[in-house]
Amino acid sequence: MRAPRLGERVIAPLGRRRCEVTRNLASGGYRIFSAVDPTGPEPAAGQFYMLATDSGWGGDGGRPYLARAFSVADAERQEGGVRLDFLVQAVGPGTSRLAALEPGEELWVHGPLGRPFAPPREVAEEAAGAILVGGGIGVAPLAIWRRQLLAAGIPARVLLGFRDRVNSGGLDLFDCSEIRLASEDGHTGHHGFVTDLLAVLLEGDDAASAAVYACGPPAMLEAVRGMCAERGVACELAMEAPMACGFGACFGCAIPHVDGGYVRLCVDGPVLRGDEIETALVPGSGH
Amino acid sequence: MVDFCGIELRHPVINGSGTFDAIAARRAFGDELLDEFPFSAFVSKTITPEPRAGNPPPRLWETPSGLINSIGLPNKGLDGFLADDLPQLAELPVPLIVSVMGTSHDEFSRLVDGVGGRDEVAAIELNVSCPNVKSGLIVGESPEEAKSLLGAIKPLTDRPLIVKLTPNVADPVPVAEAAAEGGADAVSLINTLRAVAFDPDKADRWLGGGSGGLSGPAVRAVALAQVHSVASSVSVPVVAMGGISTGRDAAEMLGAGAALVAVGTESFRDPAAGARIADELDAELARISG
Repeated sequence: MRAPRLGERVIAPLGRRRCEVTRNLASGGYRIFSAVDPTGPEPAAGQFYMLATDSGWGGDGGRPYLARAFSVADAERQEGGVRLDFLVQAVGPGTSRLAALEPGEELWVHGPLGRPFAPPREVAEEAAGAILVGGGIGVAPLAIWRRQLLAAGIPARVLLGFRDRVNSGGLDLFDCSEIRLASEDGHTGHHGFVTDLLAVLLEGDDAASAAVYACGPPAMLEAVRGMCAERGVACELAMEAPMACGFGACFGCAIPHVDGGYVRLCVDGPVLRGDEIETALVPGSGH
Repeated sequence: MVDFCGIELRHPVINGSGTFDAIAARRAFGDELLDEFPFSAFVSKTITPEPRAGNPPPRLWETPSGLINSIGLPNKGLDGFLADDLPQLAELPVPLIVSVMGTSHDEFSRLVDGVGGRDEVAAIELNVSCPNVKSGLIVGESPEEAKSLLGAIKPLTDRPLIVKLTPNVADPVPVAEAAAEGGADAVSLINTLRAVAFDPDKADRWLGGGSGGLSGPAVRAVALAQVHSVASSVSVPVVAMGGISTGRDAAEMLGAGAALVAVGTESFRDPAAGARIADELDAELARISG
């Protein structure tokens, strides 16, 4: 089989697979867990998986019931399959169960699903390259995207922002010290929003040739979308919406499209270009 | 093989309308979807005469062992369906059942006329969960409305007509009997149970469409009771659905008198659930027949 091009959508096997969890590590206030997918392909950056644990799913008061959508944070082919890394923060019944996974436990996955990040159109030496903007738990898909961009010889600058010490983590997914950080409480990096850092980069002469990729809370995505639209900079947003299935069956993850009507974030996204939407502030998203 | 209204099916497990989009699934899973299609027939999402965008988000709320949805029947309308979707659905390796919904006899007639004449369509399911704009009565809640609708559209097509019954009535049997008397070839049940999710911070309902419908294992015992009542009362075949997640669940529905079962919400958790349930059902029936 031909290896997919950078940014090409990877097709998923039809059924869900049982994967063995191999690790679960603290990373700041979040956790990184990994599982080995025995038969699935390597995903593209920006794609996601639907996850459920084999035991204890729905065990406590009937929730969690549905699988949960998670952007893949990194992936690598190894003996026995493809190692998939995910970043999780325990906030509800699904994320709490996933955060408590132990090595040797089994995880059900289906995926990779959805539309991935597309590479920058301009990759000339004088072009500004990729600017990756992450907020909170949304830093996850930027880790695999940064690795894939650099492997393809495309320069990528990374800006990550967090609310406070508790609501921060995932830096272990990034293997470099060239990340610029911001925090709303000032505990690390720039005291303020990650979009303050983006504003500085977008003032450069070469900004128009940049491609911005963002994942984070709706308010951050909306700020990024607005800044890029104002300056005529291409941007892609990895978005989130309540999602039951991940493959277009339930029609739950509807996002208003700029041309009218709705698109389904699971099959038409989760990565959308900034000019495909009027706003990233969609009721229910980020809930 | 199973015979359903003269249609030969490989096994008794189909999908519930609106719970599997074969066109979107092919984008996600490629042609493996055709090779390993999970259902023995495919039921389309409900088609209305004109295009509908669907309800504003949020559209979903998870409950204990269930899901409330308020989707609002987004679809391309009859013309869009015939032009864009039907040719793609015709590539599926199983018979196609098209679900339609109108708000008057005229609208239903137009839909049944439009899809009933197409060779690609094996049967038509009538979604009667909408009010008749003339009487204001929900067709699926009124035996008189149901019988009169069937009387109007039965002569328009030689395709089997399946009436999808709502569980939001004191007793589904009178409507099922009226539909059968009117000429329905089969009935299917249950549709979702009316439900809301509430946001205490806003003291308002959480879903963008206001109220929604509950599905999943949370409704299975209700579905079983209604399937049992209806199957005991009508002589037409019954398609049973409502929280079926395993072959055991499917065997219970068949035991209660259903001819086929339909899988819905479980497919969200596992896109290949239909095939798994069909296999499990096979084993279950072999065990029962000893």
